[in-house]
Amino acid sequence: MIEKTLKVQKIEEGTVIDHIVGGKGWEVVRLLGLDTYPGTVTLLSNVSSKSLGKKDIIKVEKKQLDKQEVSKVALVSPKASVNLIKDFEVKKKYKVELPEEIVGILKCSNPVCVTHFEPVQSRFTVEAKDPLTLRCVYCERIQTKLEFN
Amino acid sequence: MDFISTRSMSKDLIEEILKSAKRFEPKKDFSQTLRGKVLATLFFEPSTRTQFSFQSAMERLGGNVLGFSTIEGTSVKKGETLVDTIRIISGYVDAIVMRHSKEGAAKLAADISPVPVINAGDGSHDHPTQTLLDLFTIKNNFKEFDGLDIGICGDLRYGRTGRPLSIALSNWRVKLHYISPPQLSMDGGTIKFLRDKGVQVKEVLKMEDAIKELDVLYMTRIQQERFPTEEEYLKFKGVYVVDKRIMSMAKEDMIVMHPLPRVDEIAIEVDDDPRAKYFEQARNGVPVRMAVLNRAITDSK
Repeated sequence: MIEKTLKVQKIEEGTVIDHIVGGKGWEVVRLLGLDTYPGTVTLLSNVSSKSLGKKDIIKVEKKQLDKQEVSKVALVSPKASVNLIKDFEVKKKYKVELPEEIVGILKCSNPVCVTHFEPVQSRFTVEAKDPLTLRCVYCERIQTKLEFN
Repeated sequence: MDFISTRSMSKDLIEEILKSAKRFEPKKDFSQTLRGKVLATLFFEPSTRTQFSFQSAMERLGGNVLGFSTIEGTSVKKGETLVDTIRIISGYVDAIVMRHSKEGAAKLAADISPVPVINAGDGSHDHPTQTLLDLFTIKNNFKEFDGLDIGICGDLRYGRTGRPLSIALSNWRVKLHYISPPQLSMDGGTIKFLRDKGVQVKEVLKMEDAIKELDVLYMTRIQQERFPTEEEYLKFKGVYVVDKRIMSMAKEDMIVMHPLPRVDEIAIEVDDDPRAKYFEQARNGVPVRMAVLNRAITDSK
């Protein structure tokens, strides 16, 4: 009998980003540059989930997320979790978390903010996590829409 | 220490500056206070009033001033970044006063500069020494802020005085009356911040709807470039004018303030009214900036 479903293989070593808000996985792929990643990347979109209703999952072979990458995931999907895989087993599992200050990831929404004109990285303080409220450290403008660099 | 944004000034610091400014009365000799210190006034955008009052303040404290009031002829004109300009000039002086068109420019300068930076206006973001002299003027006339009804009228959205003044006043129990056309109204984020801090905020379209309740009427200029057509500008320009008729409806001890320069939002006929305090307010720029310079330079970074 021919197998009609294609099972997603377990990864031997790498990272599984789980509990991404349904449909937001594509954005995470783009922000982490996984669309040009040379290794195996699997994106499962709109999988049923007890806690989220629908969720996305990303599996990346032979990759660990650095702090900036974890911040990016947290900005798109604050409830996501990260599993580190080694020898097909989950070695470590943690929830993504926003740092107190977000440096160099986002653009300030204020067109006359000095960060658009000078050689300096953008910086935002997290004023509230739910709903996510960020304030530019320079012009102090509250960011209503997130725009990534 | 730096003076960058009103939001980052504590109530204690504000009260300390107001108290210190009271000490720096004119006619007394303070020429030993900052003797031998050098201040740079970097005005990437011109502002004669602010620059002169900082200069006067520094000279009364016995210090010296160098600077520019336009970028013509400076290295900025040749394309130098602000970051580089600050790196160089901060090596020549004991403090920097800066006016710049980009919002957050003073914060950026303060991050780079080893000497204190005082924000003398960055776009429509902030102008903390203006706010301090506004508070000083109110305090001189009423002694206390608690319980005051303060009306701020004109361009609340793009003006650089109404927002920081409101933020500073939120340290006390005041009621704010915002008087403006809808397209120049105070932004929702600021109103939420104020209400969260317990400030009562009322928004009205016409001065007549607030004037009777006010202890302070703070006027600001409405600029033509904020309106899509000249016709629309002219329509609103005439509405937000203080004249004898408006003053006749106000309390006997209400004060009228304005950061100046005015165009015609305060009729000349009001100047002789004892409640007109905008020239006194402008004079207060000197003692308040003396207090700020003294604190900034004495309390090094």
